[in-house]
Amino acid sequence: MSKTSKHTAMLGLPYYAWAIVFIIVPLFMVVYYGLTDKTGAFTLANIMAIAHPAHSKALWTSLVLSLESTAVCLLLAYPLCMILARSGKSSNSFLVLFLIVPMWMNFLLRTYAWQSILEKTGIINTFLTALHLPTQHLINTKGGIILGMVYDFLPFMILPIYNALAKIDKNVIHAAHDLGANDLQTFLRIILPLSMPGVISGITMVFIPGMTTFVISSLLGGGKILLIGNVIEQEFTLAYDWNMGSGLSLVLLVFIIINIVIQMLTDKDGEGVM
Amino acid sequence: MKDELITLRSVSKSFGDKLILDDLNLTIHENEFVTLLGPSGCGKSTTLRIIGGFESPDSGSVFFEGRDITNLPPNKRQLNMVFQNYALFTHMSVAENIAFGLKIGKKPKDYIEDKIRYALRLVNLEGYERRSPSTLSGGQQQRIAIARAIVNEPKVLLLDEPLGALDLKLRQDMQYELIRLKNELGITFIYVTHDQQEALTMSDKIVVMNQGYIQQEGTPEQIYNEPENAFVADFIGDSNLFPAVMVRDRLVAIDDNPFECVDEGFGVNRPVDIVIRPEDVEIVPPARGTVTGVVTDVIFKGVHYEMCIDVKGREWVCHSTVAHAVDEEVGIKVDPFNIQVMKKPESEDEEAAGINE
Amino acid sequence: MKALKRFYVGLIFVFMYSPIVLLFIQSFNQSKSRGHWGGFTLQWYAQLLDDESILEALRNSILLAVLSAAIAVVLGTAACVAMQKMKAKNRAVVMGITNIPMLNADIVTGVALMLLFLTIRIERGFGTVLLAHITFNIPYVILNVMPRFRELNPHIYEAALDLGATPVYAFFKTVLPEIMPGVGSGALMAFTMSLDDFIITHFTTGSGTQTLSTKIYSEVKMGIKPEIYALSSVIFVTVLVLLILVNRVQYRLDRQRLEAE
Repeated sequence: MSKTSKHTAMLGLPYYAWAIVFIIVPLFMVVYYGLTDKTGAFTLANIMAIAHPAHSKALWTSLVLSLESTAVCLLLAYPLCMILARSGKSSNSFLVLFLIVPMWMNFLLRTYAWQSILEKTGIINTFLTALHLPTQHLINTKGGIILGMVYDFLPFMILPIYNALAKIDKNVIHAAHDLGANDLQTFLRIILPLSMPGVISGITMVFIPGMTTFVISSLLGGGKILLIGNVIEQEFTLAYDWNMGSGLSLVLLVFIIINIVIQMLTDKDGEGVM
Repeated sequence: MKDELITLRSVSKSFGDKLILDDLNLTIHENEFVTLLGPSGCGKSTTLRIIGGFESPDSGSVFFEGRDITNLPPNKRQLNMVFQNYALFTHMSVAENIAFGLKIGKKPKDYIEDKIRYALRLVNLEGYERRSPSTLSGGQQQRIAIARAIVNEPKVLLLDEPLGALDLKLRQDMQYELIRLKNELGITFIYVTHDQQEALTMSDKIVVMNQGYIQQEGTPEQIYNEPENAFVADFIGDSNLFPAVMVRDRLVAIDDNPFECVDEGFGVNRPVDIVIRPEDVEIVPPARGTVTGVVTDVIFKGVHYEMCIDVKGREWVCHSTVAHAVDEEVGIKVDPFNIQVMKKPESEDEEAAGINE
Repeated sequence: MKALKRFYVGLIFVFMYSPIVLLFIQSFNQSKSRGHWGGFTLQWYAQLLDDESILEALRNSILLAVLSAAIAVVLGTAACVAMQKMKAKNRAVVMGITNIPMLNADIVTGVALMLLFLTIRIERGFGTVLLAHITFNIPYVILNVMPRFRELNPHIYEAALDLGATPVYAFFKTVLPEIMPGVGSGALMAFTMSLDDFIITHFTTGSGTQTLSTKIYSEVKMGIKPEIYALSSVIFVTVLVLLILVNRVQYRLDRQRLEAE
């Protein structure tokens, strides 16, 4: 049998090699370029560049906007998932499927759709002027970006929370009622804690994409609002300053790693995200 | 005469287009260990859940101590339930699970701590306060579920097939535990199971159910020795269940062979069902038997031998500590007292309906 | 209360679908202006079919998706098989590394891969994008296939060996069919991730290669093209039909399995 075991073990080699070349090495490259200047000498200047007002403002804006979007997503998704997961109808999983359909559509198109809706002469404003109501100016503002983020990322918040809530055994709810708890007490003491892994999952799946996007700010921020993603993207594609770009990416990596750690600590079942 | 505690009056319940309970009437007294016994789908779990308040009857009422509680939600009823798969709160410790009902009831902290200790001692799990339910074995989880329920001092404890997931030895141990608990706590237990051994072991009263009807209510001895219809006779214990003709009072003919029995009032030359328990079938020399037959199978069951005897095409089953050989010709005798005569149902519906009180 | 719940769910639905529906309607609008209805037309769909650059981008996207999904499935499934025989510690390390592309921000993954290609001086183009897509697809395959192994009954494989099968034959006849659903869903996920990807493609592609996403991005930055509306409507209808089909098939398969039991 050991010959087969050896063969079986070898099956993994192509992937291990691939992972090293295309996952590990590139990350080391980011580290390398981030910590060196154009001549190859060691420097911390690229990382310290985050302190530059333009950069720190971009980082701060990214952080704040992403946190706000994540919060909005959570507030919208949780009640929705409660309604769908706990009402016990089998048709509800079908409904969830339909809510996920937009996720499978190209996200550029979806974000772009909001651009045409929010524009000064876009659909909403045309509607509003027809009704002689004041027009909205969400395009090219932070509000517009939050709207775009919420729209793009809401399904990622819905799925894990729905799964966590649907997994709760009905008898556990009955037991809580049996022991004297009313609906509110049951929710606060039983349902909410048991749904926490899903909530954490959703937050981690929304926060990082929100913080690192440059597409949403590009399309809905009109290029006026710079997120850290825009800065990094421009360093690479416009300024060709790989070192600066890498250095700033390393700063981003800190946030990403914190996110990963939080996710790992709360994933007791080891069942992963979905 | 014990007081009436819970009464179900004319309770009916359907799920979709399936009728689960039809005009059910049931009374449960104080300090009784009542078992609802029957096959899957007979409605026993539904009955329990209606008593607990987790299902509402489509029609009919539920009374508790004389008061109508039909529309009372479960958290306001003075009973507690032990669920089939334990339903422990996995995100809380054992102590927090047990304390849950007490905290809702806003009991003082010292009281709660005392009760937790008392409950854990009662179920032989002292010291387990800080453990997480998911680290416990099935039997331990079961006992924590029981502790969590009884700590609230309910008047009635409902148990929904709680021992189903445990292996045989553990199940038997837990059965004795439950009897001991009932005696120590002095409260009513309403127990649901499909396992007749459990029912016979633990109950003061057994309610046999089938297809949403009560087939028979009685003590374990009554149910076992005097089944009132073919379903009960067949469901409880092993039995020789034969069609027969009641010749007259105290004489019944099984396959045209007359047997003396002790039942009266079944008419003259009427078709009936009779049941004889295998342990009541006596094997005697052929000359002394009321009927004779040939042994076809002998199986050693540990407690006894199980022997199948062919009496002119009818198979009789006998349990005895004395073995006989296959192909041996034997005689069969039955003490008249051990022949239970039962009315034959007029139609299939009647057979399912059994006797409704 | 029930009405309130239904209202809320309906509201979310409207929120999710209105942009898509609006694009759909707009794709038939004769007038390019977004507020003004200029009459029903199919001219944008016709123009879409004529626009060679968009069609080529579409072709690239589909080719990339199919190729990267297929290769990812082979590498990923093989890796899952290998990991069954691994020590728990080693498996944890491999799984940890596997999770990196999924947990990392797309921009960092894209930038990292770009640096790799630039440093070893590979010309960026279709090939590098393909390599990048395979890289982020393999984790999704593994994520879908691994759980299937956990549910797998090891005794079926042993039974096949007992009956005289070689390990390879036994694998293909007993193990593979059992993990197929995972392979299928992994392939589907990889396909979708590849089709939808923008950021990583943006950094790893060369100027000559466009995918649907990069094409849309460049078009949108230059101004509105109504063909984009037509394109989005086509994609939406396709996705919807596909998902319904998949769901129906899944439903029917589950139904069959339940009835068989």
